[in-house]
Amino acid sequence: MRRRNRDVGRSRLSWRDLASEAIAGLLARPSRTALTILGTVLGITALVATLGIARTAGSQIVGQFDLLQATSVTVENRTEGFFGSGRQISRIPWDAEARLTRLNGVVAAGTITRVDTEGALVRSVPINDPLGQSEFAIDVYAVSPGLFEAVGARLTTGRFFDAGHDERRDPVAVLGPAAARRLDITRVDQQPAIFVGDTTLVVVGILDDVRREPVLLDAVIVPNGTARSLFRLQAPAKVAIRTELGAARLIGEQAPIALEPNDPASLRVIVPPEPRAVQEAVESDVNTLFLVLGAVALLVGAIGIANVTLVSVLERVGEIGLRRAVGAARRHIAAQFLAESAAMGLIGGIVGASAGVLVVVGVAAAQQWTPVLDLRVPLLAPAAGAVVGLVAGLYPSWRAASLEPVEALRSGM
Amino acid sequence: MSPIVELDGVRRTFPGPPPVEAVRDATLRVDEGDYVAVVGPSGSGKSTLLSIIGCLDRPTGGRYTLTGVDVAELSDGELAALRGRRIGFVFQAFHLLQHRTALENVEIGMLYNGTSRRERRELARAALERVGLAHRLDFPPTKLSGGEQQRVAIARAIAPRPSLLLCDEPTGNLDSKTSASILELFDELQADGLTLMVVTHDPDVSRHARRIVEIVDGVLSEAA
Ligand SMILES: Nc1ncnc2c1ncn2[C@@H]1O[C@H](COP(=O)(O)OP(=O)(O)O)[C@@H](O)[C@H]1O
Ligand SMILES: [Mg+2]
Repeated sequence: MRRRNRDVGRSRLSWRDLASEAIAGLLARPSRTALTILGTVLGITALVATLGIARTAGSQIVGQFDLLQATSVTVENRTEGFFGSGRQISRIPWDAEARLTRLNGVVAAGTITRVDTEGALVRSVPINDPLGQSEFAIDVYAVSPGLFEAVGARLTTGRFFDAGHDERRDPVAVLGPAAARRLDITRVDQQPAIFVGDTTLVVVGILDDVRREPVLLDAVIVPNGTARSLFRLQAPAKVAIRTELGAARLIGEQAPIALEPNDPASLRVIVPPEPRAVQEAVESDVNTLFLVLGAVALLVGAIGIANVTLVSVLERVGEIGLRRAVGAARRHIAAQFLAESAAMGLIGGIVGASAGVLVVVGVAAAQQWTPVLDLRVPLLAPAAGAVVGLVAGLYPSWRAASLEPVEALRSGM
Repeated sequence: MSPIVELDGVRRTFPGPPPVEAVRDATLRVDEGDYVAVVGPSGSGKSTLLSIIGCLDRPTGGRYTLTGVDVAELSDGELAALRGRRIGFVFQAFHLLQHRTALENVEIGMLYNGTSRRERRELARAALERVGLAHRLDFPPTKLSGGEQQRVAIARAIAPRPSLLLCDEPTGNLDSKTSASILELFDELQADGLTLMVVTHDPDVSRHARRIVEIVDGVLSEAA
């Protein structure tokens, strides 16, 4: 074995000197360097923009995502027809509310059925007004007490009716805000009465707002039991269910079985789309297409860098020979060309990341979205560019390093 | 006088086919302060000999000792280090980097031999002054005449203070007047104590040298 000759020492090249030599090498041919970098810029831009736009669009869906809607399940009869007091028999039982609230994941549930009052008008004064100015065509709905919570109803005054009212078939009503305005009822502490045809009802509460079933805003709402006894209501028509977050789909499967175990298919269930599924669908659609495009652009960029670096090695054979003559070891020659190709990749990555962020911001602005970008993406993009450049430079720098100094000096220049 | 170069039966054969014996059985001693001209017809092995002496190439036979170090014992990396510290090269084709200034070109001569940045700058400046180019520090080679370019190359070779300056046809690309001034510079450098070996087929060049070594078909002989 050869031992290290202390008298001779080793050649060395500091990182700083390597960097300045690489920069000088790139600046020697600025337009070529710029054109070479372009491929990497395009690739990194495409990748950063794709990831950013997918993320932005994805969080936009999450942003628009309505908690109430995502937890709302509706069950109706599948067969068309009028069920309230009509000809067909509904598959929904009167105790639907009790059956559904037993299910794990149901927050609230209630039936809602339009009552056929045979055209009876509603008024708030006992006398029949001959001019008809205080009589209104207002819909009457029969609901089970849990419906109020299931549809997110809030009161301005008074109270909701409860299971007791329902069982006792008390002649009570809750008014929707529009109906209350028309009937000129603003307070319930005096137990105001309204008249639906000849039927007298005591108003116990006035709604402020509902999040679902907006028909209730202009309606007289009575308990199921009351509607059955006073208006001969035959069967509930629809069930509104509010579930815990994420349980909507499961409840959508279980509710028909709970309501009609013998023929669950006769009921139609409306469940909200899973928000995560929506987001993933958008992200994966956008992603796969553009990520492939970005990867292709990056590959083309890498080939460009490899190609130009190889040409550069062949053009600079004389320079390589000179550097070897003044003491550069093979590793220094390899390092020089690797540094140049990596620097091209790095610059491509930095420019591409900036351009990509601009694209994301631009698209978001055009769509009036809030731009959302994983911070790691623009930070990792330059590193990715540098790695691309480094890999692209492997073969050319190996070629450069394996030149023999005498050959290089002879054939160069 | 201590020997700088000691060749003892050195051979360089290029494996063929057909094999070429570019240097055969060369024996030569160059002492400190010598000025040796190597003359001979084209293709006689002058450049090959100079490459071996400059540690750019290895002999295929015999023994070569540079400043007491047997190069056969050195690795490729150690040969590179030896070149960077002990030897200065001047080529016919100058080998300057076109996109760097004269000063930067001279600094590259010390880039790999452990000289600090500041020292490189100072030595490069001094070397360019020594060759009479103090007023051309920031000029790129493209704005320099042939003679000036070769002076930059000489400055690059002498800036690290090598033990030996090797020149292969240094005036081959220059007109006679410019050549003469370069030869004057060599005389001055030799007077400063530098050891020179100059390969040439120009009789003007050889007249300046103290010793003339002739090489014909790879065989070395020294004129008395
Ligand atoms: N790498 C090589 N392979 C084969 N033959 C070579 C090689 N280098 C030089 N030679 C041959 O060696 C001989 C000497 O070449 P060289 O030293 O360049 O001559 P000079 O410098 O005196 O003109 C020539 O015949 C040349 O063709
Ligand atoms: Mg020659």
